[in-house]
Amino acid sequence: MKLSELNKGDHAIITNIGNDEALKGRLFSFGITKGAAISIEACSLGRQTVEILADDTLIGLRMSEAQKIEVEMQIDEKMLEEKK
Amino acid sequence: MDTIKVVLAGQPNVGKSMLINTMSGSNSLKVGNFSGVTVEKTEVSFHHDSHTLEMVDLPGTYSIGGFTQEEKVAHNYLLNEEYDVIVNVLDSTHLQRNLLLTLELLKLNKKMVLALNMADELKKEGLEIDVKQIEAIVGVPVVLVSANSGEGVEELLHAIHESFDSKRRRSSNIVYSEVFEEEIFELSSFLEAKGFKLRDLSSREIALRILLEDKHLYEEIHTHPIMIELQPRIVAALEHIYTHHETKNMVDIKANEYIAIARGIRMETVKSKKKKELKNRTQKIDAILLNKFIGIPIFLFMMWGLFQLTFEIGSIPMEWIDAAIGAYGDWIGSLIPHDATRSLVVDGIIAGVGAVLLFLPNIIILYIGITLLETTGYMSRVAFLLDGFFHKFGLHGKSFIPLVTGFGCSVPAYMSTRTLKSEKDRLITLFIIGFMSCGAKMPVYVLFVGVFFSPQEAGNILFLIYIAGAFLGLIMAKALRLFVFKGEAEPFVMEMPKYRMPSFSLVWHTVYNKARSYLKKAGTFILAASMLIWFASTYPQQPLFESEFSAKIEAAGDNAVLVKSLENELKLKKLENSYLGQIGKATEPIFEPLGFDWRMTVALETGLAAKEVVVSTLGVLYAIGDEVDEGTVSLQEQLRANISFASAMAFIVFVMIYLPCLAASMVFAKEAGGYKYLAYLFVFTTLTAWILSFITYRVLV
Ligand SMILES: Nc1nc2c(ncn2[C@@H]2O[C@H](COP(=O)(O)OP(=O)(O)OP(=O)(O)O)[C@@H](O)[C@H]2O)c(=O)[nH]1
Ligand SMILES: [Mg+2]
Repeated sequence: MKLSELNKGDHAIITNIGNDEALKGRLFSFGITKGAAISIEACSLGRQTVEILADDTLIGLRMSEAQKIEVEMQIDEKMLEEKK
Repeated sequence: MDTIKVVLAGQPNVGKSMLINTMSGSNSLKVGNFSGVTVEKTEVSFHHDSHTLEMVDLPGTYSIGGFTQEEKVAHNYLLNEEYDVIVNVLDSTHLQRNLLLTLELLKLNKKMVLALNMADELKKEGLEIDVKQIEAIVGVPVVLVSANSGEGVEELLHAIHESFDSKRRRSSNIVYSEVFEEEIFELSSFLEAKGFKLRDLSSREIALRILLEDKHLYEEIHTHPIMIELQPRIVAALEHIYTHHETKNMVDIKANEYIAIARGIRMETVKSKKKKELKNRTQKIDAILLNKFIGIPIFLFMMWGLFQLTFEIGSIPMEWIDAAIGAYGDWIGSLIPHDATRSLVVDGIIAGVGAVLLFLPNIIILYIGITLLETTGYMSRVAFLLDGFFHKFGLHGKSFIPLVTGFGCSVPAYMSTRTLKSEKDRLITLFIIGFMSCGAKMPVYVLFVGVFFSPQEAGNILFLIYIAGAFLGLIMAKALRLFVFKGEAEPFVMEMPKYRMPSFSLVWHTVYNKARSYLKKAGTFILAASMLIWFASTYPQQPLFESEFSAKIEAAGDNAVLVKSLENELKLKKLENSYLGQIGKATEPIFEPLGFDWRMTVALETGLAAKEVVVSTLGVLYAIGDEVDEGTVSLQEQLRANISFASAMAFIVFVMIYLPCLAASMVFAKEAGGYKYLAYLFVFTTLTAWILSFITYRVLV
């Protein structure tokens, strides 16, 4: 699954960042690599950009970048409990 | 007295500039809550403990290999310049990712101190850091500080002195992954056995650098005989590492190792006392401000409100200032007996500088608005909201930052384009910054809008002018992207900082610094320009006219009405035949189709030097041409009497678009990479301005 397919409120784990070295380097300096846990905080109108939360850092990403990132969706138990 | 040269390095937005401000007690460095506030190295020196401390503020850099232009400034400085101590500033609330840069900085082998900034936020978030433990791991002094509250600052200065005096650094106790440690041990034992030495590096450090494929190290040792025996060992060691990391990409391996180390240090040293809330304050605010549907409307509403306030509140003290300047001029005038000198002081200096000072309140309100945008953290959010929209117009979301800065002044705006990585994004942004009306254009707008619209409409019209400029800029960006700077745009990956409530003192100092430079300009540049304009509009003297008219006036005798009209006619004739009048008359045909008279023409031309000069020129020209004996008639009334609505609107459009001031043009040429570009900009803006003004005039007339 791609990061770009997630919706606001979803939680996921990054499984692959692809091979765009510039993007990889930048995400690394935010402390994000394979295995990092992220959540989606906001999407802009028309899904142009997404805001993700990773390791306490909020990052804005364009969808075309988000498409390069592979993730695995997590079912957040706390969130489920809250809903109940 | 000894001088200690200290360089501050760290990731963006960790408070480097603010820390220097606090340490030095001055408030000269610009602080803002987004990445990329500082784009150029800046030095501040002060005395402390019988030393001169020279502090160098560098732009923030995410990593040593960072790629934007301002990040390169940082590495070039760190790698190539002479300095004594590095102060690595970290955001203590984001320790893990800040440590990634620290690990790289440690490799420079310089004297270093870690400043864990934002101690006040750390406390608020219920976190605790074991400073001594970090010190033991990294091997350099660590101090917990807060640039905001000032705690720990003395201690930090002390640590800098100590580090400067110390002979060498303690060794660090950073532990890599198990595979790495195994191989480091193998290689370093081999190096020790061979008695191999290189600079002041320990065998462990050499082994580590070999494994991390440090280019510089390989350059140094590749001709050394030890390589023959070393090579097979390196190959074997790397193979071992590759299998464990499941990749052969050294960049990835290094990234994984560093992240593991940084995480390890954080887990070992940071304790959380509070239970983590499900959502923190920043996330809650983002839920509203970044809302899909209301995010952009909220932004537009705030901008609208700002211009409304600028006009509404700004016009209150304006009347007082106007009255004060008028009274002051009359008073000074009555003290000077000599005619020409009086005219120079009253009609030249006071009218010219006064016309600029009049708008200080409006400018201050605009500055407060921009400062709030910069210091709260909202700036990056708007970039986020607008990126999709901007992208369609061939711009980058980050372009928003230089563009907004451009509403204040174009000079820092041009410089802040350095945060854009792609050269094309940067050039397009440079070209359209001029469309964002700078603070110095505000007086022109406020003046004309005040004259031609009711006070109820004025704020809206002002907002409209700025929005129209911005939209025009977007359309131009699209055109440039389609026809001139074709090509791929840079990816958008941007940190969204925490929301921070700026302290009163931060807002005060930021606005004060900007207002001061506006006043300074009024007192120097505008003063000189006003005098020049006065001279050019008073000379050469026309004895011929004067004698002709004095004869006529004498002939008129007691007919007061006739005398007065003759006197006015003489004034006008003299003005029209002055140097400035001649220039204006000569170029008038170019602007005739736009409905500008020669005075407006001259004002536009002198405005090339600085936009404030547009109003001061109008001020001087109308003050000299002032009708005799009627006391001071305000510039507003003069404009209302002399300029038609259509010409006024066309004039606003022209001012909105044409070439920025001299200082900004020079910076533009430098940032764009040559005077060639300035020539393009001149043609591009002048043509656009002329055409759109023409259309405006023809539609309205
Ligand atoms: N609460 C708190 N805020 C701080 C502290 N130090 C800095 N800030 C805030 O952090 C933000 C960034 O400060 P700057 O000094 O501009 O950061 P910088 O590291 O120079 O940033 P760049 O120039 O972009 O690299 C500003 O909003 C400051 O008000 C601190 O100790 N405590
Ligand atoms: Mg800075």
